[in-house]
Amino acid sequence: MAEPFLSIQHVRKSFGATTVVEDFNLDVEPGEFVSFLGPSGCGKTTVLRMVAGFEEPSAGKIVVAGKDITRLKPNQRNVGMVFQAYALFPNLTVAQNIGFGLKVAGMPKADIDARVAEMLGIIKLPQMADRYPYQLSGGQQQRIALARAIAPKPKLLLLDEPLSALDAKVRVSLREEIRSIQKKLGITTIFVTHDQEEALSISDRIAVMYGGKAEQVGTPFEIYNRPATKFVANFVGTLNVLEGKVTDAAAGTVQVNTQEVSLKGKLNGSKSGDTLSLALRPEAISLGRQPGRDSSLIGEISEVHFLGSVIRVRVGIGGNTVSLDTFNNSATPPPAVGEKAEISFSSGDMLVLH
Amino acid sequence: MKAGRFWAWVVFALGAAYFFIPLIATVEFSMRMRRGAYSFDAYKVVLGDARFQATFGYSVLAAVFTIILGVLIVVPAAYWIRLRLPQLRPIVEFITLLPLVIPAIVIVFGYIRMYGSNSPLPFLATDTGTNALLVIGYATLSLPYMYRAVDTGLRTIDVRTLTEAAQILGAGWGTIVTRVILPNVLIAVLSGAFLTFAIVIGEFTMASLLNRPAFGPYLQNIGANRAYEPAALAIIAFAITWGCMSLIQILSRFAPKSANRPN
Repeated sequence: MAEPFLSIQHVRKSFGATTVVEDFNLDVEPGEFVSFLGPSGCGKTTVLRMVAGFEEPSAGKIVVAGKDITRLKPNQRNVGMVFQAYALFPNLTVAQNIGFGLKVAGMPKADIDARVAEMLGIIKLPQMADRYPYQLSGGQQQRIALARAIAPKPKLLLLDEPLSALDAKVRVSLREEIRSIQKKLGITTIFVTHDQEEALSISDRIAVMYGGKAEQVGTPFEIYNRPATKFVANFVGTLNVLEGKVTDAAAGTVQVNTQEVSLKGKLNGSKSGDTLSLALRPEAISLGRQPGRDSSLIGEISEVHFLGSVIRVRVGIGGNTVSLDTFNNSATPPPAVGEKAEISFSSGDMLVLH
Repeated sequence: MKAGRFWAWVVFALGAAYFFIPLIATVEFSMRMRRGAYSFDAYKVVLGDARFQATFGYSVLAAVFTIILGVLIVVPAAYWIRLRLPQLRPIVEFITLLPLVIPAIVIVFGYIRMYGSNSPLPFLATDTGTNALLVIGYATLSLPYMYRAVDTGLRTIDVRTLTEAAQILGAGWGTIVTRVILPNVLIAVLSGAFLTFAIVIGEFTMASLLNRPAFGPYLQNIGANRAYEPAALAIIAFAITWGCMSLIQILSRFAPKSANRPN
C-alpha cells in the first residue's frame, strides 16, 4: 500500500478538562478529497485546525508527505486554507489578496502577476482583479479566498465550512466548482461540513464524526448504504426506524408490531427476546407488493402529501411510522388516508442499528 | 409634534449660544488690539513671536513622538488582547482609564520622585531624559483616547480570522501587524493620533512642572501678562483642535470597508 500523504495518528485535543477530539486517526491519499462530516461540536473543525497548526494536539502526531508537522507553526506548513467567513483582507484588492502569500514568500512581481492572472482564470473571475472584497458577492469572495489559498501551490488544502455563509443556489454551484478545481490541480483536500448532501456529493471519502471521534470513514456509497453505527445511519440521509423484538435468533426472525420479518444473517450477537432498532431508507420501500422484494409489512396510511412529481406517503405500523415516496402516475389517484396498505422491501436493505 | 420641535429648537439655540457666544466674544476681543478698528494685530504679534514658534514647534515635536510611542504600545497590545487574551480586556480598559481619574499633577510628582537624578533611572538628570519623560507622560495621558480608538477599529474587523488567514499564507507576526492589521485600523489609529495631538498641544501641568519649553506654559505665561494676545492664542489653539477633529472626519471616509458588509 502506498504511503498516505496526510496521516493523522492518535490525535487528541483537550481544552482544560474538556476533551473535544479523542484518538482520531485518518490516512489521506495524495489528491484525495476527504470530508469531515458531523454536527456542531463534534470536533471536526478542531481536527482541521490542528492540521492547519492553529491548535496544538494534546497527544498524537500529524504527518504530511512523510514529515512530522505536529509542532510546526501555521506559516511553516505550506498549507492552504479557506475560511467560512471568507477572511479576505479588506484593505487589499482581489489581485493583492490572491498574491499575498506569493509576496510573503518573496516571489518576483512579474511572477506574482502571472500567477494571480492564472488563478483569476481558474476561478472564472478575470475581470475582478482591481475590485475590493466589499464590492463582491459572497460567492465571488469565497472563490477569491479559494484562489488565494491555492495560489502558493500548497501541499494540502483545508476548507472550513466554506459554503455555510452562502445561499442555497450558490452553494451547489460553488461546491461543484471547488471539486472541479481540486481534481484539476490534484491537490489533497480536507473539507469540513455539517451538510451531508455537500459531503456525499463531492467527497472521495467521508469521515463521519461524533463526540470527538470518527464514527466511520468510508466512501459516500459505504457511508450511506452501510452505516457502521446508529449515529451514522441517523445523521446521513433520511431513515425510517422501526422498533422490533428478536423472536428466534437462530432463524433470524424479528417481530415488528405483531408481524414477523426475516433478517437471516443480520442478527449477529443478538439473542431471542432482545429489542432492536431496524432502519430502512425511504427509497428501499415500495407501496404494495413488488417483484424482487422478499419482505413486507401491513399498516395503515396516516398521511399523504402530493408534491407534484412525487407523492410522499406515511404508513403507520403499530407504534412505528414509515415514510416513503412514490412517483406520481396520472392514471392512478394517490392512496387515501386510513386505507390499509402493504409496504414491501428487501430484507437485505434493512439495517440493524446497534 | 410641532410643540416638541419648537422646544427642541429652543434647547438647540440655547446650547449653541452657550457654546458660540464666548467664542465669538473671544474672536471679537482678539481683533480689538488696534484702537477703534478691527485688525489681526494680536495674531501678527503672536505668530511673529519667536517664543511662540519655539514652544509650538517643541510641542508639535513632542506630540509626534507621543503618537509614535502610543501607536507602538497600544496597537500591538490592543491587537494581542483581542486575539489571545480577551479575558484581560476589562482590566486593560480600566487601566487605560486611570489617567482620566488620576490628575496629571499626581503623575508628574510621581515621575519627579521616581526618576530624579539620584534614582536608578535618572531621566531628569539631562534635558534629553526630561524630554523623553515628558513624552512618556503625554503617552500616558493620551492612553484612554488612543486605546479606545484602536480598540474600536479592531472591533470592526475579524481579527482572529484575518490573522489566521495571513498566518496560513506564510506571514509572520511583523507582516501580519504591518500589512493586515494596521492598514485596517489605520483610520482608528489616526483618530487616536489627532486626539493625542490636541491633548499634547494644550497640555500645561506636566510641561510646566518638568520645566519644558512647551506651548501650554507659553499660553499661560502670555495670558498672565498680555491683554489681546491670549485671546488670539486661544483662538489659534481652538482652530488647531478643530482642524484635528475635521481631519478625523475626513479620513474616516477612506477607511477600508468590511468585506463582510452586506451587498
